[in-house]
Amino acid sequence: MLVKAVMSNRSAIALYVLPALILILIIIYIPLVLTGYYGMMDWKGFAPMKFIGLGNYNKLIHDSMFWKSTYHSVLLGICSTLSLLIYLAVSMVLASRIKGANLFRKIYLIPMLLSSVAIAQLWSKIYDPSNGIINHLLISMGVQNPPLWLSDPNIVLFAIFVPIVWQYAGFYIIIYYAALKNVPEEVMEAATIDGATPWQVATRIKLPLIAPVFKVTIILALVGSLKYFDLIFVMTGGGPNHASEVMASYMYGEAFSKYNFGYGSAIGFALLLICLLMTWLIRKLTTSGEDVQY
Amino acid sequence: MNIMNEFAAHKGSDTVQDTRVKASFGSRLGFGVLYLILGILAVIQIYPLFWLLLFSLKTNQEVFGMSPFALPQHPQWSNYPKVWSQGHINLYFFNSVWYTVVAVLLTIVLASFVTFAITRMNWKWSKFVLGLFIVGLMIPLHSTLIPLFNFFKHVHLIDNPLSVLLSYTAFNLPVTIMILLGFYQAIPREIEEAGVMDGCSVHRIFFRIVLPLTTPVLATTAIINMIYNWNEFVFVNTFISSDRWKTLTVGVNNFVGQYLTDWGAIGATLMISILPILIAFLLLSNRIVEGLAAGSVKG
Repeated sequence: MLVKAVMSNRSAIALYVLPALILILIIIYIPLVLTGYYGMMDWKGFAPMKFIGLGNYNKLIHDSMFWKSTYHSVLLGICSTLSLLIYLAVSMVLASRIKGANLFRKIYLIPMLLSSVAIAQLWSKIYDPSNGIINHLLISMGVQNPPLWLSDPNIVLFAIFVPIVWQYAGFYIIIYYAALKNVPEEVMEAATIDGATPWQVATRIKLPLIAPVFKVTIILALVGSLKYFDLIFVMTGGGPNHASEVMASYMYGEAFSKYNFGYGSAIGFALLLICLLMTWLIRKLTTSGEDVQY
Repeated sequence: MNIMNEFAAHKGSDTVQDTRVKASFGSRLGFGVLYLILGILAVIQIYPLFWLLLFSLKTNQEVFGMSPFALPQHPQWSNYPKVWSQGHINLYFFNSVWYTVVAVLLTIVLASFVTFAITRMNWKWSKFVLGLFIVGLMIPLHSTLIPLFNFFKHVHLIDNPLSVLLSYTAFNLPVTIMILLGFYQAIPREIEEAGVMDGCSVHRIFFRIVLPLTTPVLATTAIINMIYNWNEFVFVNTFISSDRWKTLTVGVNNFVGQYLTDWGAIGATLMISILPILIAFLLLSNRIVEGLAAGSVKG
């Protein structure tokens, strides 16, 4: 058939696909392989690299600082995943006969549009011990010694988590809102006529129908958390005393502050493996039931 | 509430549902509480930005001597021209603008090519290549950073905008293709058939028929890409060392680090860095909402 012949033009396919394909191979996929390879090098500063086998990876496994940063990343990931439930609850309210729902979700989205650098600088000011709004509020409410949010190792991770929630809330809310609006109106009306309460409609009909979307957002929240960098790098630089160090900031510090490129590559490769493992694990855990179609 | 009303709900369901709400005092109270919660959340999302605007207009005496909630007594608009000309903010701003424009155009053109070839043309490896692009969404860019730095150093692209532009484009291709994908798949096959009957080549079909059809979704991907590129930090911070090529995010970060105690200047700098995005949002909020939702879940 003529159409098929025209649309199978091999030189056209190569012309359309190769530029982008070569670009992602050079910028994304080859570096990913190289990072694992460089991880096997003794490579510090600007001295030439030397092959040392699995030395860096062996060091990594016994590096308590690496595990601490991994723990912080995973902790942020778990907290981000749990906060999805709050976003889901807000979305369910918004999607149920709320006037101005569209305006609300747009307002919620605004922080998502800002750069993590701007958010980090702004929240550093919000947390400022003497001139920031949070401690000013706490003092006016009678709190004697309000916390030093970003310099207290015990709470710095929590203090970083708050702007993360602030930043991403609107993003997840628009995802859930769109999914909930996709649930056919007739299904819910039929259930209501059959005597289902609004609570039953929500938990027995809406939630199962948007389960696939919820699964995707769990992956986004968990894997996204493993990649957190900008906000933490700017707000605390991983400090004080590594109390807010995450995997990406630890890797960046080793590579671009201490010039331990070999060891930094090993951390980068571990980060990649953990991200892929997490994605695979969540898919595996959440595909037990059959995906609901609507 | 009787069955007749339920059926009436099929037409203009909103109005009928509103009368249902008005029906009971209890549910009215419930809705009042819900609106209150939604309103408080809206204030939490907005107020920090309003506060940023406030302290960008204050003098240091006001910042350090008065309540942080106080309004500026005499708004110091001069903070804005001051930071604009000092500390290279104007240079960073225009760097951000042209990096963003070039990377957005490059990404959209390459992504359109690929999406067209994958969804409309017949070839053996199309599924696999699509997979390569989509998996890119899950890749932590930090894992590529050291090899990329080494690579750009060897080809003398460190401290050269090209290193940043290529990285932006490569890492934004996956999300852009993901947004385009659904749109391309929905274009009816008859379009190409008609084109072929009229004697069009495949290039003519793409440039003259299919690409113009995708204008609405191209606008969506453009605005999403613009936000990502405008806000990007790591690549510029790692690959660029001279002020001449820095963008606003990195420049602002350095600037704030130097002027730790001048809150008015810091506030004005941050406002300048977020203003273009806020203006884009006011004008194009629907496209942004749609693009963010599509780029994350579909596919």
